[in-house]
Amino acid sequence: MLSADLTLILPEILLSVYAMLALIGAVYTGKDQLARPLIWLTSALFVAFAVWIATSRGGTANAFGGMFVVDGFARFAKVTILVSAAAVLAMSEEYMARRGLLRFEYPILVALAAVGMMVMVSAGDLIALYMGLELQSLALYVVASLRRDSARSTEAGLKYFVLGALSSGLLLYGASLTYGYAGTTLFSGILAAAGEGTVSLGLLFGLVFLTSGIAFKVSAVPFHMWTPDVYEGAPTPITAFFATAPKVAAMGLFARLLHDAFGGVTGDWKQIVAFLSLLSMFLGSIAAIGQTNIKRLMAYSSIAHMGYALMGLAAGTALGVQALLIYMAIYVTMNVGTFAFILSMERDGQPVTDIASLNMYSRTEPGKALAMLVLLFSLAGVPPLVGFFGKLYVLRAAYDGGLAWLALAGVIASVIGAYYYLRIVFLMYFGSERDDRLDAGGSGVLWLFLAVPAIAMVAGVVNLFGIEGAAAAAAASLVN
Amino acid sequence: MSAFAFYLFAVSCLAGGLFTVISRHPVHSVLWLILAFLSAAGLFVLLGAEFVAMLLVIVYVGAVAVLFLFVVMMLDVDFAELKAEMARFMPLALLIGIIILMQFAVAYGAWESSEGARVAIQAAIPEARHNTEALGIILYDRYFLLFQLAGLILLVAMIGAIVLTLRHRTDVKRQDVLAQMYRDPKKAMELRDVKPGQGL
Repeated sequence: MLSADLTLILPEILLSVYAMLALIGAVYTGKDQLARPLIWLTSALFVAFAVWIATSRGGTANAFGGMFVVDGFARFAKVTILVSAAAVLAMSEEYMARRGLLRFEYPILVALAAVGMMVMVSAGDLIALYMGLELQSLALYVVASLRRDSARSTEAGLKYFVLGALSSGLLLYGASLTYGYAGTTLFSGILAAAGEGTVSLGLLFGLVFLTSGIAFKVSAVPFHMWTPDVYEGAPTPITAFFATAPKVAAMGLFARLLHDAFGGVTGDWKQIVAFLSLLSMFLGSIAAIGQTNIKRLMAYSSIAHMGYALMGLAAGTALGVQALLIYMAIYVTMNVGTFAFILSMERDGQPVTDIASLNMYSRTEPGKALAMLVLLFSLAGVPPLVGFFGKLYVLRAAYDGGLAWLALAGVIASVIGAYYYLRIVFLMYFGSERDDRLDAGGSGVLWLFLAVPAIAMVAGVVNLFGIEGAAAAAAASLVN
Repeated sequence: MSAFAFYLFAVSCLAGGLFTVISRHPVHSVLWLILAFLSAAGLFVLLGAEFVAMLLVIVYVGAVAVLFLFVVMMLDVDFAELKAEMARFMPLALLIGIIILMQFAVAYGAWESSEGARVAIQAAIPEARHNTEALGIILYDRYFLLFQLAGLILLVAMIGAIVLTLRHRTDVKRQDVLAQMYRDPKKAMELRDVKPGQGL
């Protein structure tokens, strides 16, 4: 029994063993000189694991008595997480080296965070859920304050930590109430205990607290307050990391909890998730308008995007989960590209995050400006780019799930949100002339990570690179 | 007798919690907190969970509370100012607290567990074992995965503490264990015959 269980979690085991070996190796030998090779090695390993998980077949399998679930949904989420984490690590190397932040613990912490995220999307038990979440969060709190001599970075880490601890408390309280009701922490047991139709008041309390705790991790309104400060304060590559893989993991966890444990009482959580979704879309779109710092802007943008992704979840159907997965995959791709651009924004060798510095950027760097234009149009959801199809899927899922009002609200929020993306495009192409232009040039790696997502946003229009079918299969394995 | 013990521990636990919050001196707060921990441990003993009770005493009283004491004594925090700051938000906090309390009262008033819950909770404890042994069996066997994950979390916490605080300074004298061990009287001491009134 045990060896079969261990085979199922082999990717997680190997990744954590790698992290520990790398830690020991680096401590006893080169220390921070090994940071650069370790970043590339970790990134390459992430890709290798993603390929391994993507090509491994087999239906749904449980390990450790149902605590750990490997199914199509988990595989889809893990591949997205690993690929985006690999991309962000590869992008970060040059930036970290130039700011003196190249420490060997950084790739190791990211690898351990990735293990946590993989456990999160595979969790079949409330305790496993919490363990995965904490493993991920704890590593993220540390990397947020990696630039420890900067007050902002320290503040970001501390703020993230304190509010994260609060949300963990909410989550645990909800978990204990749920356990008190169901008598088991296994999702399958909770599903059986909750039954069909309506839930008892105690279980509903548990559900609300669990939802609040996870909503914090996906930064859905009204649990979003930490996002802009943390995004602004953390070093930019770390911000890029926050905006991609952990969001996918938290969304995957959310979908798994609601469908695996509370799948019988869809009506009870649909309204909560729809409420979170509505608020996130509007607050994200409206609050972003006044921002002058591009990292803060991306924070609000991510809040709004989480709102759309939650719309798919709120539908409560397999179609909704499929839409959620497609949306998250597209969102991550767009964010990798956008952050590659932000990482390359420099003036006299110093990083700049001021939106006004992008004035007439198209004159300095026409290629980069064009790639950014495509990404921003896609983020705004302008047809016919891929970002539009992401939105289309969630809107359709919400409409089919009986949430036509939410779909309508989503369209309105998307129109409002388009303003601030297009404002950047306007500045880049028709802004005012300024003396202090951004530097031209920059590293080839960043160019690559900017160009590939931008091209994907255009080329993916044909068939979305086939993720539609994969997402449908993944959703079918979760919702049945 | 056990009813008397229950009320005794319950009252001292609540009193400890209350005085932790309202006591003026932070060190007193920590001492009241220790009382609350000890009373809670007593309650666990009454429930027959002696292992958890001992854990509470050893880990929380022995380690966490003592650490708190050190932190409170070493940090230069102006608690009077913090309290004044807190007083400003007190009405709002009270309002929210009372609303949440009322909601909980409703929730617990109408509390009902699912039919299988009691059976499921009891089934977790193997028959005819005392609970230290039962916990061990569950922890290292059924919850093996979770136990290992908890280990990884602690590893991350350790790495984090080192990453954020360790600084390699070159301007300080460090202990060199090997050099210390290879010292011998010949190299460490030099005997001089000092003449009175002259010095070296």
